[in-house]
Amino acid sequence: MPFPSESPRLLDAGEAALVAEFGTTVDPAIHDRVLALDDALRAAPPEGLRETVPTYRSLMIHYDPLVLDRDDLADRVLALAAAPGAARAGAAVWTLPCCYDPACAEDIGAVAQATGLTVERVAALHAGAEYRVYMYGFAPGFAYLGGLPRELAVSRRATPRPPHPANALLIGGGLAAVGTFPMPTGWYVVGRTPERLYAPHQPDPFPVAVGDTLRFAAIDAATFADLERRAAAGELVAQRREAA
Amino acid sequence: MTATLSILSAGPGVTLQDGGRHGYLRYGITAAGPMDPLAHATANRALGNSLGATALEVSLGGVEVTAEGGPLGIALAGGAFRISLDGTPLPAACALTLRPGSSLAVRAGRAGAWTYLAVAGRLDLPATLGATATHTRSGFGGLDGRALRAGDRLAVAEARPGPGDPHALVAPWLVRPAEEIRVVMGPQDDFFAVDQIAAFLAGPWTVTTKGDRMACFLDGTPLTHAKGYNIVSDGIAMGAIQVPGEGWPIVLMADRQSTGGYPKIATVIGPDLGRLAQAQGGTRIRFRAVDRAEAVAARRSEAASLAGTMALEPLIRTDFSAEFLLGRNLIGGVVDGAGAHAP
Repeated sequence: MPFPSESPRLLDAGEAALVAEFGTTVDPAIHDRVLALDDALRAAPPEGLRETVPTYRSLMIHYDPLVLDRDDLADRVLALAAAPGAARAGAAVWTLPCCYDPACAEDIGAVAQATGLTVERVAALHAGAEYRVYMYGFAPGFAYLGGLPRELAVSRRATPRPPHPANALLIGGGLAAVGTFPMPTGWYVVGRTPERLYAPHQPDPFPVAVGDTLRFAAIDAATFADLERRAAAGELVAQRREAA
Repeated sequence: MTATLSILSAGPGVTLQDGGRHGYLRYGITAAGPMDPLAHATANRALGNSLGATALEVSLGGVEVTAEGGPLGIALAGGAFRISLDGTPLPAACALTLRPGSSLAVRAGRAGAWTYLAVAGRLDLPATLGATATHTRSGFGGLDGRALRAGDRLAVAEARPGPGDPHALVAPWLVRPAEEIRVVMGPQDDFFAVDQIAAFLAGPWTVTTKGDRMACFLDGTPLTHAKGYNIVSDGIAMGAIQVPGEGWPIVLMADRQSTGGYPKIATVIGPDLGRLAQAQGGTRIRFRAVDRAEAVAARRSEAASLAGTMALEPLIRTDFSAEFLLGRNLIGGVVDGAGAHAP
């Protein structure tokens, strides 16, 4: 639920980080406020601001308390949060190619079984939805996505599975994710994208920003193999356009 | 001048760390960097390096190194490790010149879990996202994103020698008993009833041996939550103390994840992070709640310690070992004379 008041709740995380909390749930309206504050702070960062971390419902602001006074920072945050929200600049809509072939979607059968849907229907539902990138966390380039169709809301595994493949599309606990680095996971692998959300040798190593929209376009195994080769050589294989 | 620092042997968990990979938490990238930032900065400071320069972080596994290609200034600072240069013991915090053919051994001692070996010059390593800090779980930084091992050779650009004879570092701020660790309460202390906050502060807690660069696990009477132990994931600062379902607090350290979904009862203040990191398994600690003003004052005093010139103290020998005396005799040529009578 969003907090009824307009002001975020300010919480200290030690003497060098301040959390501006706009709610306690996963909600696009709360997330919009997090991103608006993030944009505003980053557009004119006060001296001593170190970095900001947007999450589902709050913005963590890391700062140097020997340079930036906490109460000055708090005043600034409250003032920015009270200002009318400007349209977000730079939010993009991405179409990521995604292969739902069994070789790329190790757990899609398990999801079909858990939901009573066919494997084809699981893939169609996953590819037919539009997702919001809520935050990165857990591991480098691990993106948490909102927008998973309700029919695919399976709970997480009781025990984690062995590491998922690189660039895996994951679902679990009602959420979707892109897992860039292979990691053991309690989620289910329903597909793979050849695109890399972490591309260390590109001018912008993180093409997809928090707040961007993701869509998936189903591709077959042969196309996946081809795009995978091109992506490995450094090509951006996803399509990007600015939000309307 | 270029010299090489060569690793003769390394226990598990010896890594290269600079001041950390900052600015990418929003993409899930852990900052990494030193577990004991004050000791890391002290070792660099003793050699005139920038405070965040790349240095070896030596674990309880220890390390043995030598120099190749030329003499290399070295400083060590951190826990009470046992240091020896060609078998001669040195103080745990010291500066010296490592010459080709010599070997410097760094071994775990009576106290402390980490020590830092800095070199005079610049360890020449490729940067990942602007930093050399090793994060082994991601395979980033340092040497191929992994811990160091025997046979690794690290090029040192602009290498300089250190003091002619080994000196002790005068760094009294590194004497930090771990018994009391200061915390700022929150950000989710409201997930705990008043009696549980009191139990958290009363402790005592025992540092377990299960800890690593990611987290320090504490043992004691488990805490209970007033309103569940799941929160919608939010950011995690270094030193955040999360309390998962089973109730034993976990202090999140340098290699922590950037976000997490357990309530965080309190946060260790920056100046006490190293103090906690240095606690060996089995150490009993208590937490003391302080306000932000006290935490900031402690930061200020830490910054002041590092701002001045660091004093070096010549070593005054109080125990004359056989090896030491033999060394003197060699210089005086007496052993040569004695050797003439050998069969």
